[in-house]
Amino acid sequence: MNRGTGGGVVATGFSLLFFTFLFGPLIIMVITAFNSSSFPRITPWECFTTEWFGVLFANDRLMSGLANSLVIAVSVVVIAVPIGLAGALALSELGPRLRAALYTVLITPILIPGVVLGISTIIFWGAFGRSVGADYGSIFYSGMFLTLAGQVTFISAYAMLVFLARLQRFDPILTEAALDLGATPGQAFRKILLPFLGPAIGSAAFLTFLASFENYNTTVFTILSGNTFTTALASKVRHGTDPSLSALAVIIIGITLIGAVVHEAHMRRKEVMRTGTTARSRIYGNPVLRTLVHPLTIFVILLGIAGFATYQGTQHDAGVCKQQILDEKRARQQELLEEQRRKMEAQKQNQAPASTAPAEEPVKANPSPFGGAFKSNGLKPGE
Amino acid sequence: MATKDIVLDHVSIRFGAYTAVDNAHLVIKGGEFFSFLGPSGCGKTTLLRCISGFSDPSEGRVLIGGQDMRGIGPNKRPTALIFQNLALFPLMSVADNIAFPLEVRGIGRKERRKRADELLDMIALPGVGDKKVHELSGGQRQRVAIARALAVEPDILLLDEPLSALDLKLRHHMRTELRAIQQRVGLTFIYITHDQGEALTMSDRVAVMNAGVIEQVDPPETIYNRPKTSFVASFVGETNAIEGKVAQQTEALVSVETPFGRLQGRAAGGRQYKAGEDCILFIRPEQLSLEGGTPNTLTANWVKEEFEGNSRQLFLEANGVQLRLTRVNLGGTPDNLSGGTVSLGFTPEQAIVLPHGALAGA
Repeated sequence: MNRGTGGGVVATGFSLLFFTFLFGPLIIMVITAFNSSSFPRITPWECFTTEWFGVLFANDRLMSGLANSLVIAVSVVVIAVPIGLAGALALSELGPRLRAALYTVLITPILIPGVVLGISTIIFWGAFGRSVGADYGSIFYSGMFLTLAGQVTFISAYAMLVFLARLQRFDPILTEAALDLGATPGQAFRKILLPFLGPAIGSAAFLTFLASFENYNTTVFTILSGNTFTTALASKVRHGTDPSLSALAVIIIGITLIGAVVHEAHMRRKEVMRTGTTARSRIYGNPVLRTLVHPLTIFVILLGIAGFATYQGTQHDAGVCKQQILDEKRARQQELLEEQRRKMEAQKQNQAPASTAPAEEPVKANPSPFGGAFKSNGLKPGE
Repeated sequence: MATKDIVLDHVSIRFGAYTAVDNAHLVIKGGEFFSFLGPSGCGKTTLLRCISGFSDPSEGRVLIGGQDMRGIGPNKRPTALIFQNLALFPLMSVADNIAFPLEVRGIGRKERRKRADELLDMIALPGVGDKKVHELSGGQRQRVAIARALAVEPDILLLDEPLSALDLKLRHHMRTELRAIQQRVGLTFIYITHDQGEALTMSDRVAVMNAGVIEQVDPPETIYNRPKTSFVASFVGETNAIEGKVAQQTEALVSVETPFGRLQGRAAGGRQYKAGEDCILFIRPEQLSLEGGTPNTLTANWVKEEFEGNSRQLFLEANGVQLRLTRVNLGGTPDNLSGGTVSLGFTPEQAIVLPHGALAGA
């Protein structure tokens, strides 16, 4: 921070606030995952527990949704990346006017709201299915197929944008040179253009995978009666939440962190390799340190830490602590009951001289039509 | 080595209404170093792309070794093109670049590597095979591009201004190098350039092009000494152009009425002029002398002088005509002419009279 530009306390404070705003929710979520309270919260802290991870993995709806999501995401990558590449190649070959028109057409699916895409996908394939005489058991009424079809329509456009950006830096002279040197157009494509697009294919695959995996607003329609991870998650939140969602957040944050650290190690290594300052660098010049900061080493170490944490987690038993909390709660409940009884008796004695009839009211109220849901201890928090 | 003749048979190339190459008709002999020289946009690259197979002529035929090349793609022609930016494949090593033509022909890895190493030896760059292209210097890349083109064993090597990206010293060095390589491998080289120095030093013959038209095809000395059109005279080398009208002609000598009075020059190519015809008299700066000669004497005002080391350029002006005179630096004291009038002369044999036409850069 530059003091000369009037930074100091204000800038530090602002930065702190900013990072709190960014990461505060995440930190709180991570903490709630380890609190045994059945509602995700930090206070009152009850017991350190890992049971919510178990609850998470025991949730069939979420787990089958996860499997569906993975199948769909991989399929979307396999279909959308080649389509995006084809679109980008077509655009780069066209004249400027036709190019502008086709670009608009290809980019439209991104601009259309996902909800509209979802509904129109169902209607279109439903109508198509009926017109070819397919019944409701056929593929046109399968949630998996519809989700795949719906997602590919707009995720291909994402892939296309990635390829377009890379293709703009391609020198078409290279293809001409390959042709002139005797390559067939197919060979020129495979040996010159495709290797050049290599990094773009990687990022397009990554992007399309994520876009498919986290998509909700199209998928919630096209998946019909089935579930993907996101739709299962959304319905779980709607029906009441418990800390197993926090546990899920912990897992996702963990995977992201490992990915980010490994990626950073990879980038730094590449930068040093590229600038050729290997020998001068204090870390990369030393063979031991160099091996240690290799992305693969870092990945293995982080995976080991995560694995160890998981193992320790499965060994942890919060039973004793929870029992203690339960006992405390029971004792407190008992106390409250006693207090209530004392109050009521005191009231009865006060009212007894006036009339005996109202004194029977509390006794009659007990077998209520709500099954006792409104008993004083029915509102006890934490259950 | 038996290499194939190239025949451009009345070739015209049009893009819509625009004619890029107009009726090019010439024969390039096998084993020749042939240059197309012209300013940018004159259609020389278009013609080269047509010979290499990236486009077909709108009219006429391109024949290589007697075979009509229409419809035959660049990968099937016995030509190899060296691009202006060289077009080396940046993701491949030097050896892979050179071996690429062999790879696409299905030749095995070991054989490819052996051939690449041989070619690297030939271009005097042994041992760089495993380097990446960007690790090489400009001149080295140049030679790698040539080696890659030679790996296909073409009959004809086409070069599209391959030296234009190099610095001056390297460019001069590569001229000699290219010529040496051409004589060693005995291939037909077709060289495209806008740099007359390159064309004149390396070529067996030069075709000078302007606005899609081939104006003259001749050996370099003839191009320089006996230009056939006013464009060639003014584009190749420095020259002084004095416009005028033909007064009379006696055999090869033409008298021209100019702003400097009546001057004599020789008629280009034994041409007969009519009296009163518009013409231009060209005289090279190095052929103008400071002694008034008969019958050609003219006076001009000194404008400025530029010292260029081996010579001194005198810029003069008279009657609205700019003149230039080159004095070779023989180590004597410089002529002190500043501000005065100068008397100039030349012999009629040194000047050339051409019909009025387009001038380069005008």
